[in-house]
Amino acid sequence: MVRFQNVGMRYGLGPEVLRDLTFDLPAGSFHFLTGPSGAGKSTLLKLLYLAHRPSRGLITMFDQNVAAVPRNRLPGLRRRIGVVFQEFRLLDHLSALDNVALPLRIAGANRKQAEDHVRELLAWVGLSDRMNAKPPTLSGGEKQRVAIARAVIARPSLLLADEPTGNVDPAMGRRLMHLFVELNKIGTTLVIATHDEAMISEFRRPVLRLADGELSVEGA
Amino acid sequence: MMAFFATRTDLALDRDASGRFLPWVIAVMVFMAMLALAGAMVLQRATAGWQRGIEGHLTVQIADQAGQPMAPRLAAAVKELQLVPGVVRAVPLDRAAVELLLAPWLGRENLTSDLPLPGLIDVEVAPGGIDVAAIGARLARTVPGAVVDDPKPWLDRVLRLADLLQILAGAVVLGIGLATVFMVIFATRAGLSSHREAIEVLHLIGARDGYIAGQFQRQTLRLALAGALPAGIAAAGSLIVLGVLAAGAGRGLLPTIGFGPLAWLALAALPVIAIVIATLSARFTVLGYLREML
Repeated sequence: MVRFQNVGMRYGLGPEVLRDLTFDLPAGSFHFLTGPSGAGKSTLLKLLYLAHRPSRGLITMFDQNVAAVPRNRLPGLRRRIGVVFQEFRLLDHLSALDNVALPLRIAGANRKQAEDHVRELLAWVGLSDRMNAKPPTLSGGEKQRVAIARAVIARPSLLLADEPTGNVDPAMGRRLMHLFVELNKIGTTLVIATHDEAMISEFRRPVLRLADGELSVEGA
Repeated sequence: MMAFFATRTDLALDRDASGRFLPWVIAVMVFMAMLALAGAMVLQRATAGWQRGIEGHLTVQIADQAGQPMAPRLAAAVKELQLVPGVVRAVPLDRAAVELLLAPWLGRENLTSDLPLPGLIDVEVAPGGIDVAAIGARLARTVPGAVVDDPKPWLDRVLRLADLLQILAGAVVLGIGLATVFMVIFATRAGLSSHREAIEVLHLIGARDGYIAGQFQRQTLRLALAGALPAGIAAAGSLIVLGVLAAGAGRGLLPTIGFGPLAWLALAALPVIAIVIATLSARFTVLGYLREML
């Protein structure tokens, strides 16, 4: 599914924030990504969701060398990737329903089916009474659930989540983690960035640990 | 039921400042462009009319002289003119015709019967020209006080001026078009800047450039329609009113402000062109911006 070979990343002429990253994410795998703040987790996620190209090295995703994929085919790859951004990045003028529907809209999905699907998912994450609410009126936890629903609505092959349970109560956090586990069971490859060592211990999945821009893989 | 696939855009473009000023800017541009084009067409039609009316003609003017009746002098001049090679026809104008020519300038009530008027002869000459100075000398010998008025040098100067004015009108229309493009680019860039975050989200969840550009394009289309259509109607109305007023001011004094179907079609095309230019400018500005993203 995803292969990094000697990948390095620097911003402009600055120092390398990621160095010699080499790892595989097999299809259907579930990894946690952890490390101290500033270790390069966000940069690694940006490489994974195709926001940046690496400064060096080779990234292969969905059997394609990302560097060789023409720009007009990148949206097709991005549609196979779901992202839960740390800051949610919801569109404030759209309702929760419309925010979650965005990936389906963009993919040109059937309107009625899409709407039913969005309502069902929002109900599942406990937002059936907040579907028409706009993000500025939602709590942090509610925003996070909308962001997760948006990331998973199009059944991505690869799901990347940056601190997806950071703003919800433990019960909802557990519920969302079980959603991820269910998605993983049906074949979705997952990378969840988190600082929560308790959660990492509880779910017992391989860990990509970043420190000072270098990566070690634990429990693979 | 929420119609989230309906007309809603993913970007809140309708709240941008450009939504307030762009229709007005486009309206002013369209109004001015239509008036400039109409002016050019009126001028073109007027000069063509003058050219048709004057080319191939000379006017012989015989000054009134006390104690010398005009009729025999006119007859002598016509007889002399008919002997000149190249003169096809020489027709003296009667007093009523002369008064009609002077009425717009002097006022009909001032043309009293005792007002001395010059005698005029309309001379039609064969194509290829004629020696105006020679005719003048010949007539002056036969009919003292007769002068030949050749309008061609005057017409040439007027035509050169009219050509220049038409080029200027074209430049005004072109300048207005360019200004519209720059305004739309400016407004679109401002929109791109204020929606950068949301655009990036759409981009990262798989929106193609055309999808994002389409949102700006549709918004610009709405704004351009809101500006260009009322401006087009206002300009057409103004031209009709001007035409009526010009006709009322007296035929011959002012050029006719009236347009045939083709001219109206050309004028009506301007708002449409403005809308298309604005929409395409927005689209290509967004596509250029997005190309800088991965």
